[in-house]
Amino acid sequence: MRQLFSTCLILLASISLVACVQTIPKEALQLTKESFKLRQLQTRSFDTSSEKKLLIAGAGVLQDLGYNIDESETKLGVIVGSKNRDATEAGQVAAMILVAALGGGNMPIDKHQKIRASLITHPAGKKTTKLRVTFQRIVWNTQNQVSKTQSIEDPQIYQEFFDKLSKAVFLEANEI
Amino acid sequence: MKKYALLPVVFANIALTGCQTTSMNQVMETSESQVAIRQIQTRAFDTTSSTKTLRTIIATLQDLGFVIDKADDELGTVSGTKLNGYSLRMTVTVRPRGKKQTLVRANATYNVTPVEDPQPYQQFFTALQKAMFLTAHEVD
Repeated sequence: MRQLFSTCLILLASISLVACVQTIPKEALQLTKESFKLRQLQTRSFDTSSEKKLLIAGAGVLQDLGYNIDESETKLGVIVGSKNRDATEAGQVAAMILVAALGGGNMPIDKHQKIRASLITHPAGKKTTKLRVTFQRIVWNTQNQVSKTQSIEDPQIYQEFFDKLSKAVFLEANEI
Repeated sequence: MKKYALLPVVFANIALTGCQTTSMNQVMETSESQVAIRQIQTRAFDTTSSTKTLRTIIATLQDLGFVIDKADDELGTVSGTKLNGYSLRMTVTVRPRGKKQTLVRANATYNVTPVEDPQPYQQFFTALQKAMFLTAHEVD
């Protein structure tokens, strides 16, 4: 009897601690070695003194990639864009079919996602302007619950973005 | 034995007081005292350039893994969101203080909870002062 009570107490005490309280992780606003690696990955410098031209080229690339521009502030070198896309993955669909076949019911799988990008320019010296782009995404599943919230840190994605941007800046410079 | 029987009820009560009765109260909700929060969220920098300060704030937010949501040079505000299994939203505002200083105020929301712990703000201002090459002064 006594044991039952104490179990009950511990259970309720832990519930009372969890109830309605969420705390921010300690490293959320901490700079790490990783932060500087990411900065390198996400930044390129361009041989132009015109932030505006670089921003225009950047907005063009975002549009080429299907992003809509949500916000911009030329005086601070800021462009923000986003796009909503399908998030279905073949692996998850296969798993869902398998689970259903084994009688596990309807397993939620990723359905759609919102991808956001912010593109920031800043002058670096007289003839150079730096541009840093960052991507993140939110994924919803078939039950409309958020299943993933993440920063995109894949080097290949950034490389691809800057390849496109370099071309756009080149075309801009040559006014083709 | 009867003494123990009451304890679960007490704990259940505590568990429920952690929750709110009317969610509409959240519209004007603050928990820490206004003054204490402002102090935790504010620092003064010895500069008069608000645009430069804003640009440095944007760069710092990017360093910390944020994607910028909005920025307004004239109003002196920047907002950004960090997604990393959670959603951390931050708004940072800048305004002149006297003739030689600029006040920077940051406030953060972790998922649906306001951040009132001084430590994350201290970390943010530590990162910002490194990028500003200026010391962040506490403000009374």
